[in-house]
Amino acid sequence: MTFEMPDFSLALPEIWVLSMACLVLVVDLFAKGRESALAFHLVQFTLLTTVWLSIETQWGLKATTFSGTYVADKFACLLKVAICVLSFLVFAYSRDYLRKRELLRGDFFLLGLLGVLGMMIMASAHSLLTVYLGLELVELCLFAMVAYDRENRVSSEAAMKYFVLAALSSGMLLYGMSMVYGAAQSLDLAQIAAIAANGESGLLLAFGLTFILVGVAFKFGAVPFHMWIPDVYQGALTPVTVYVGTAPKIAAVALFVRLLVDGLGALHDQWQVMATIIAVGSLAVGNLFALVQTNIKRMLGYSTIAHVGFLFLGFIAGTEEGYSAALFYAITYGLMAAGAFGVVILLSRRGFEADLIEDMKGLNDRHSGFAVVMLILMFSLTGVPGTVGFYAKWLVLKSVIDVNMVWLAVVAVIFAVIGAFYYLRVIRMVYFDRRTDGEPLEAPAGLRVVLAGNGLAVLALGIFPDSLITACKAALAG
Amino acid sequence: MVELSNYLVLGAILFSLGVAGIFLNRKNAIILLMSIELILLAVNFNFIAFSHYLADIQGQVFVFFILTVAAAESAIGLAILVVLFRNTNTINVGDLDSMKG
Repeated sequence: MTFEMPDFSLALPEIWVLSMACLVLVVDLFAKGRESALAFHLVQFTLLTTVWLSIETQWGLKATTFSGTYVADKFACLLKVAICVLSFLVFAYSRDYLRKRELLRGDFFLLGLLGVLGMMIMASAHSLLTVYLGLELVELCLFAMVAYDRENRVSSEAAMKYFVLAALSSGMLLYGMSMVYGAAQSLDLAQIAAIAANGESGLLLAFGLTFILVGVAFKFGAVPFHMWIPDVYQGALTPVTVYVGTAPKIAAVALFVRLLVDGLGALHDQWQVMATIIAVGSLAVGNLFALVQTNIKRMLGYSTIAHVGFLFLGFIAGTEEGYSAALFYAITYGLMAAGAFGVVILLSRRGFEADLIEDMKGLNDRHSGFAVVMLILMFSLTGVPGTVGFYAKWLVLKSVIDVNMVWLAVVAVIFAVIGAFYYLRVIRMVYFDRRTDGEPLEAPAGLRVVLAGNGLAVLALGIFPDSLITACKAALAG
Repeated sequence: MVELSNYLVLGAILFSLGVAGIFLNRKNAIILLMSIELILLAVNFNFIAFSHYLADIQGQVFVFFILTVAAAESAIGLAILVVLFRNTNTINVGDLDSMKG
């Protein structure tokens, strides 16, 4: 066996993020007492340059390196761009929130950046080993971020629940991987795909497949593996909630596509039934439980579960259109969720979290511009025609109808209509309810600009969705 | 001669014990950490057995990575446990019920 020098230039985005994370670590150590402004700006600069680097070095390629464990292709490139852009938004929202509560330390942004690195590795994984390492890097950062407010009882409780369930799901995923390794005699996803396609050693593969699907569903937060979502969303600080709720969902799509489409795509018939149960369960539980919530973070948590159900429809279809529709759904959902939590951050002050749905009351009187942003976001989450959420839902529904599963599309639409109720209730609070203690908003200009930009992006994507749809299709076409 | 299936059965038993430990345990959060460790070790068992019988080294390499990650995971888990204990003065799993809905 000869040693081959890996082609480092292919993995330039990851190497860049890793080096910058090390730099931020050192810089933050020596720059105490200045509210970590330098760490924050370095992290944001890294994310923006990584977007450029990924497009520059990876779009249009299809090449593996590091002995076939790392792949650079359009899919990985698009996911990396989406992950970096969403994390950029999240950090921009977080800074002011943390500063007001005297929690602003470089660690937050550093952990976030390392999490981004883990997600990027997952997007580019071409072997079970790389999938696992990327996943664990994200999870370890998320555990620490959920427990970030050390004095907060609810945060630490949420962190403990998240830790146990996420570690259990990693265990499930690994157990499945060990079975797949035994059947395919290799960790390489291309080789696993070849073994799965020729149909031998079916039982062992099917056994492994089941555990892998369970593990992936856990990461998505799909029913019946959704127990951690509401508690983590409610318990964690709002900036952490928005981080957990956006980019990792896109990384979960990467996990699904790499393991179950690139690797075990030949067994689509076997996982289709399980995925259908998961999707219908998520749609039902997510929408029905969201109806009765009073805490907006918890409500958005249940709404995440409902959206995951929708996203799964694309996987169930099992066609290239279906997978690209699921990818489009994840990216646009991330953008919408980031905006919705951004409004919660905007309304909060020190000692007041604005995490009840009632706290949205009278937003229109306090600032009509952000009321419009909230209106766009809620319409988009509902799937009202003309918003990007409509295109996302339409694409996944179209993909399942194309494979003759009309009943599934009907079920999804019914639950989407039920879901409209709790989104529209928020809009009613914003526009038609009055509150007596309507103080003016006290958010800094930076946060307002980013939030307005986020709202505009959702609006613009709703009017011109074509470029993103084309990019998603190109990513899946390979 | 010990068959491959014997190892797999042992791995499955250890794995089930770990999962059962997480769901049946209502008292002590440290037992949760032990159960998670047991699950990961069961997986390691599978990997090594397959690696040996398939005469392929990759599985054993994977095990080294799992061991390292498991150590990091336990460290973070124990750190969260310490934070939790300082805030609530208990590590009883049943008392972690401040969020409902």
